[in-house]
Amino acid sequence: MTAIDIGLPTIGGLDLVPTTDEPQKAKDYKSDQEVRWCPGCGDYVVLNAVQSFLPTLGLKRENIVFISGIGCSSRFPYYLNTYGMHSIHGRAPSIATGLATTRPDLSVWVVTGDGDALSIGGNHLIHALRRNVNIKILLFNNRIYGLTKGQYSPTSGQGMVTKSTPMGSVDTPFNPLSLAIGAEASFVGRALDSDRKGLTEVLQAAAQHRGSALVEIYQNCPIFNDGAFDVLKDADEAATRLIPLRAGEPIRFGPNQEFGVKRGDWGGLDVAKVADIGEDNLVVHDPSIADTSYAFALSRLGDQNLNHVPTGILRQVERPTYDDGARAQVEEARAARKPDLQGLLRGKDTWTVA
Amino acid sequence: MVELPLVVIDVQRGGPSTGLPTKTEQADLLQAMYGRNGESPVPIIAPLSPADCFDAAVEATRIALKYRTPVLLLSDGAIANGSEPWLIPDVDELPDLRVEFASEPNADNDSGEFWPYVRDPETLARAWAVPGTPGLQHRIGGLEKADKTGHISYDPDNHDKMVRLRQAKVDGIDVPDLVVDDPSGGKARVLALGWGSSFGPIGAACRRVRKLGLPIAQAHLRHLNPLPANLGDILRSYDKVVVPEMNLGQLALLLRAKYLVDVHSHTKVAGLPFKAEELQNLFSEIITGVTTEAAK
Repeated sequence: MTAIDIGLPTIGGLDLVPTTDEPQKAKDYKSDQEVRWCPGCGDYVVLNAVQSFLPTLGLKRENIVFISGIGCSSRFPYYLNTYGMHSIHGRAPSIATGLATTRPDLSVWVVTGDGDALSIGGNHLIHALRRNVNIKILLFNNRIYGLTKGQYSPTSGQGMVTKSTPMGSVDTPFNPLSLAIGAEASFVGRALDSDRKGLTEVLQAAAQHRGSALVEIYQNCPIFNDGAFDVLKDADEAATRLIPLRAGEPIRFGPNQEFGVKRGDWGGLDVAKVADIGEDNLVVHDPSIADTSYAFALSRLGDQNLNHVPTGILRQVERPTYDDGARAQVEEARAARKPDLQGLLRGKDTWTVA
Repeated sequence: MVELPLVVIDVQRGGPSTGLPTKTEQADLLQAMYGRNGESPVPIIAPLSPADCFDAAVEATRIALKYRTPVLLLSDGAIANGSEPWLIPDVDELPDLRVEFASEPNADNDSGEFWPYVRDPETLARAWAVPGTPGLQHRIGGLEKADKTGHISYDPDNHDKMVRLRQAKVDGIDVPDLVVDDPSGGKARVLALGWGSSFGPIGAACRRVRKLGLPIAQAHLRHLNPLPANLGDILRSYDKVVVPEMNLGQLALLLRAKYLVDVHSHTKVAGLPFKAEELQNLFSEIITGVTTEAAK
């Protein structure tokens, strides 16, 4: 088997997408469709944040595409005045892969949920991440099937009582960030629907990242799983649970910054009191570490019960993208030999009948 | 209902499930016709020999692009594993399949909007604007869309209209008339009708039968959806129509339902192609039967 160095340049996520000098506003990104989510749904907040954030990219609106699968979150593209496709359940990453590969001039986004991305679309998600296609995946995690009215999802906790688990779920939930990092994702971030500033920061970085970005957004479903993330929205509780990550800074949190993250046994990371371990022993956050172990350990700091929740960018590394690589090979082949359909049809083993 | 071009190639083999790998069958016809939820017609093309695969694929692509629809190219194991001489086409003579994408707003009011479900009056193909086209941003997807505007629509009458429009679009595809081969100059009272890889053995059997002095006509369907416009008249002009298939009578079922013609279904699902001899015997028996019946 031959393997060759395909040495690819690394550039920014939007470097090939045409920009505009025309000022844009959030309302330019609102479509004329009536937004239909339940009153109080976290999706409204995310939609508003995205509509406000997109103008800051300065891209031509016609060069932005949102592709979704199926579910509540997947109605998202209808409400954005960009190109959009409400596609096949779980398959948005595949359609986005095709689009991003053939069209480097587009900023391609995927909107999905915990059901769409992690149940039916688990396969498509992990391979898009592994391939490092230049697409940005927003995973709205409400830990429930909302559109189908309240059955447990792959992120519902063990013991959770839902319409399809009347005696409590016996399933072990996925940790979406651990899954993404295990699938070699080059960008992994997390934000809360209610934290507009934090969400926008992660989205900004994801947009600029060249390669697959997975952003998990904790999103409240007020009808079928209301309050799932309330402990992160109560100021006192949030202070002890949320672990904001800032590149280059020691990882600290708590009402008085009294907690921090240290290196643990067996190569993992642990939460500790800063007073017990000393500031010098705090882990300084570096999302660019190539080895996935570090980001994986970050994703394992907390449990399903949200006792410790790192937010921000866990991992952001540069590595060659699938779409750049595929295009480079096509260009190389074209440069090496002029495309010749007739020659291809004729092949090498043909003959002429007199 | 995005109504975008797509060519799906199904090389049928023995089923169901993993069935008989490497063996042949023609048992996916009804799946190709109806195997989806909802009323969702798609055109179906079936190559009749290894050499025909190239032209059938070009034809499938032509229809997909012209009518903005998925197309099923229904080949089978006997064709895929078969070979025959193929006259290499001159690329300059291949059809021009370039598509004209929408570049301007097309709303039929003064809104200046782009409406993705405005249709070509002749083909019923919808307007197709690709990402990157300024001012034509729009959304497509699996939810039913309002006629013309493409907005999400739950209107009962609109859904009824859109279902019928999509059916009419597929029904209206330009399919060439079916050509019947009958060297007897119209004396044949029996028609052998097939589709797919059985073209070879059916043709060989017809030649053998004719050598025995029994007239028989042969026709082979490349377009299975929509069927050629002259098919009904052809079926009704013979005393007997024999339909050999490597399934349990799927084309026969479609023909009976659509044309109310009681075709003679001959089926075999052994994973092997028909043999000229077995079809020769079948055709001879049927011709003799028809002749005897006529003499009474």
